[in-house]
Amino acid sequence: MTLLSKQQIQYLEETARRIRCHVVRTISEAGVGHPGGSLSEVDILTALYFHIMKIDPKRPDWEERDRFVLSKGHGAAGLYATLAERGFFPVEWLKTFGRIDSPLQVHPDMHLVPGIEVSTGALGQGLSVALGMALAARMDGKGIHVYCLIGDGESQEGQVWEAAESAAHYKVDNLTVILDYNRVQLMGPLKEVMEIAPVADKWRSFNWAVTEIDGHDMQQIITAVEAAKQSKGQPHIVIAHTIKGKGVSYMEGQSAWHGKAPNQEQLAQALAELGCKQ
Amino acid sequence: MTMVESAREAFGRTLVELARQNRDIVVLDADLASSTRVVYFAQEFPERFFQMGVAEQNMMGVAAGMALMGKIPFVSTFGVFASRRACDQVAISIAHCRSNVKIVGAYSGIVSGNNGATHQAVEDVAIMRGIPGMVVVDPADDQEMEQAMRAIVEYRGPVYLRVTRDPWPRISPEGYQFVLGKALQVKAGADVTLIGSGMMTSQCVEAAHLLHGEGIQARVLHIATIKPIDVEAIVQAARETKGIVTAENHNIYGGLGSAVAEVLAEHAPAPMVRIGLCDCYGECGTNAELLQKYSMSPRHIADAAHAVLQKSRSR
Repeated sequence: MTLLSKQQIQYLEETARRIRCHVVRTISEAGVGHPGGSLSEVDILTALYFHIMKIDPKRPDWEERDRFVLSKGHGAAGLYATLAERGFFPVEWLKTFGRIDSPLQVHPDMHLVPGIEVSTGALGQGLSVALGMALAARMDGKGIHVYCLIGDGESQEGQVWEAAESAAHYKVDNLTVILDYNRVQLMGPLKEVMEIAPVADKWRSFNWAVTEIDGHDMQQIITAVEAAKQSKGQPHIVIAHTIKGKGVSYMEGQSAWHGKAPNQEQLAQALAELGCKQ
Repeated sequence: MTMVESAREAFGRTLVELARQNRDIVVLDADLASSTRVVYFAQEFPERFFQMGVAEQNMMGVAAGMALMGKIPFVSTFGVFASRRACDQVAISIAHCRSNVKIVGAYSGIVSGNNGATHQAVEDVAIMRGIPGMVVVDPADDQEMEQAMRAIVEYRGPVYLRVTRDPWPRISPEGYQFVLGKALQVKAGADVTLIGSGMMTSQCVEAAHLLHGEGIQARVLHIATIKPIDVEAIVQAARETKGIVTAENHNIYGGLGSAVAEVLAEHAPAPMVRIGLCDCYGECGTNAELLQKYSMSPRHIADAAHAVLQKSRSR
């Protein structure tokens, strides 16, 4: 287990904060997007792209890179902001999000954006693709690790459980799944729309190793994901307890902010709360 | 016409031959390997064979992921499950990603080994044809199956390959070279053109013999690649003969007949009749019984040719 230094933690937290600023600006300027789920995933993405994953932004097609699949494709604004901040493409691209001719579609398109490994947005499909990548990498004896971020509402899709079953069957241990467990979906709390709890028990019963963490605690994220990567003989899921709309008070825990863009006034408040340059 | 091995036998055998030459080929199966004949591959290349269980949606996604890592996955199941069941996964994880996945729809059409309506893929071509970038191939015989498989491994991108269960007469000539997107003229004729895909081309050939006895010279055109379709061959047939009959092992909506009608409407309007399942589900029965009951026999195709010629005269 690597304990991060205070400076490392500060650097990652500061990076996550800048990414959150991009997210609210991007979505507000576009007038479309999914702020709630984009903000809840930012600390996880920051940990992956700025500390954990073997990647090279200058060589997005580098064969030996680790792969990341954003199965919850509506979290695209969070991923774009992370990729831009990490240097995969200019930050200015974020201004084009959701507009005609933009590479930054509201759901990710692998053919348009450096660093996007697979097109996602039809929920429930990403984990299967990530599993295919992990199996292929294992066949070729490559030390490639595949990370897949899934949503909790998304976990209502049956395909997620087909994939869970087959990953365990094939004892795929170069695949780590992270669940962005913010407990809120478009039409309300999961417990009202369609409960997935006890979700940790479900994954355990599918023969997965399970770790539960606070998905906004940088040290916990890194410790859990690195441990998951080391564990052998079975796939591993990190259940990250998160807050929908994390960092913006009026969005936090609110299903209304699943897929709605803040107006100018709301944006100003969000930027102020996040401590962004206005 | 000589009876030959079934398309599925040719498929299973050729898959092994191709896999010996190309180490990137992997196979995913949804618990039907013995029926689809990918069991031959499983026996020879167990490390490249992935049993995915009865879970077609996941299987399509896993194949897409493998393709993104450089593999050439053949995903094999019955046509109904490949198209209806896993449609969104095929559309997004495979086609939108332009993943190099070859989707094999076995037991295509109404001749499904007496399994009845639930197992008869009568809308698979329509579904796959509607998916952007998807190539759709429906070979007629063993030789063409082998040739087509070589071509689709060479081609980089998603392909839907229809495979019929039972042997059908060979219609491709000796030394035939399959070209993706090219139609094959099986028989010359100047009065009317019979266009078939898959096993229905052999029914068209028989229909042409019937018509010959009735004083009508029918051209037989075989369209194995339903998408992208050979526009030139269809336009030529429309211009050189008095009308078109299409025959497909599929619902008449959305398959070969629709594809040909689109070409005619845009390029060379001509009288036309479609033979195929007329917007209904099939049932259990022998191949001959099914073709008879659903008006898809050589006699029905020949009668449709007479109807087309009648339409042509009254224009």
